[in-house]
Amino acid sequence: MRFMMIVKATEDSEAGVLPSKEQLDAMMRYNMELARAGVLLAADGLHPSSGAIRISYPEPGGKPKVTDGPFTEAKELIAGYTLIEVKSREEAIEWAMRMPDPHGYGSGQIELRQVFEPTELTEDPESQAQQYEMREHIERQKR
Amino acid sequence: MDTHRTIDAIWRIESSRIIAHLTRMVRDIGLAEDLAQDALVAALERWPETGMPENPGGWLMTVAKRKALDMLRRNKLRDRKYELIGREQEPWADSEPDVPEAGEVGDDLLRLIFMTCHPVLSPEARVALTLRLLGGLTTAEIAHAYLTSEATVAQRIVRAKRTLSATRVAFEIPQGPELKPRLSSVLEVIYLMFNEGYAATSGSQWIRPLLCQEALRIGRILAEIAPAEPEVHGLVALMEFQASRFKARVDHRGEPVLLMDQNRGLWDYLLIRRGFAALERVEQLGGMTGPYAIQAAISACHAGASKAEDTDWIRISALYEALAQVSPSPIVELNRAVALSMAFGPEIGLEIVDILQAEPSLKEYHLLPSVRGDLLFKLGRLDEACQEFKRAASLTDNQREKQLLLSRAAECASGGV
Repeated sequence: MRFMMIVKATEDSEAGVLPSKEQLDAMMRYNMELARAGVLLAADGLHPSSGAIRISYPEPGGKPKVTDGPFTEAKELIAGYTLIEVKSREEAIEWAMRMPDPHGYGSGQIELRQVFEPTELTEDPESQAQQYEMREHIERQKR
Repeated sequence: MDTHRTIDAIWRIESSRIIAHLTRMVRDIGLAEDLAQDALVAALERWPETGMPENPGGWLMTVAKRKALDMLRRNKLRDRKYELIGREQEPWADSEPDVPEAGEVGDDLLRLIFMTCHPVLSPEARVALTLRLLGGLTTAEIAHAYLTSEATVAQRIVRAKRTLSATRVAFEIPQGPELKPRLSSVLEVIYLMFNEGYAATSGSQWIRPLLCQEALRIGRILAEIAPAEPEVHGLVALMEFQASRFKARVDHRGEPVLLMDQNRGLWDYLLIRRGFAALERVEQLGGMTGPYAIQAAISACHAGASKAEDTDWIRISALYEALAQVSPSPIVELNRAVALSMAFGPEIGLEIVDILQAEPSLKEYHLLPSVRGDLLFKLGRLDEACQEFKRAASLTDNQREKQLLLSRAAECASGGV
């Protein structure tokens, strides 16, 4: 099963303050440990929301509304994620507990969420076909 | 949170490196596992009362090492094993909690992989031992995954450990010319494990993926600790690609779905990306001629086609050609025939298949007449095709496949509508 360890944004991360060298090193060591245990699938950090774009649908059936960042409420934003594949929920928690404090200054917060398996989402062939189309687009963009 | 389940999880994370480290100390894999288990028991006794230590891995490692040291001292320091260790410095005489250097652990783990995949053991024993010592799976889980009894698996593991000890298999990474054949035995074990899980049919569907996941995990570990070996990345790439199709391989009734008919929307594109990344590492290492790398490249051709019709059969044909050169086998030839027929028409495929008819090892192999029937069908030679499908049906024990082949035979008999 897969879990995403979500590192929540803080005022610092939103202000574009980069982690200190010690923090970066600790995170690097941690990611290395995940990789050497064969559980690491992906890990990335995100730019602050000042460069972000938010697309919302305030009206049912209406046009999407595009809002430029930055967004307020830093604790609702995320600053990075680490995707792992493990055997049990407990194992995921154990790994998450070992992640170094991502921000320091007593403001770090990690959220652990299980990732849906594609077949968990829908059994309906039509929706699956839609998913298929979406992924096809993604693949095409990559090339 | 349930402490026992947490300790289970910690055990899975930590056990292989503790066992690897202890094996280096006591030079006996069975003993090392027992000592590590003792440390686990100690944790199960202590932690529910004292709470989880700050560094559970270090705690377990320290306790396990102390137990090893105690045992070695108790043995009056006279036996051969002690002598061996006596020649080295006392690596365990440091303060706690100690987590060995990353490189050191990597080497110990690599040694452990080479040991559990040693050719003195039967392939089944190698797989069971590797799952147990590197995957941290319990005997019950392994038995479950293999659909056999726990006693059988336990027996197999005990005997394997005894054999390693009796034949004095060294705890070492083979060097120079010895490395390649031993490494290929390691890769073979991992791939065997993976295929056991992958080939499983519907009935046990929910159990067998465990084998695939473990094989993939151990393969990824190997790629991290032996990053300079192209075939390791080749095998990992191959497994990532194949695993990416896991969800699309059976339909909702549990029936197998062929690659060309799969709903590609169910493929796991994260794993596909990882497959491509691993293949890139193979290329950087200049190892695209290894058999696993070539198979991975073939898999990549399928993964890169968003529609079945977009499959680059010409490239696949060329890759099978290459595979036939580095690791020739009648099965590879048969696959090459299929690829060629897809790329250049059924006549060319049929030429190769006709030659394979004389191959004794394929005499009972149902896919040969099945492929031949398909080619004949495409060429409009329906009577012959019908015979081949019937023959193929008589050779398979799989009821679903038999039905499918018989219906194709009937289709030929009725004029191919």
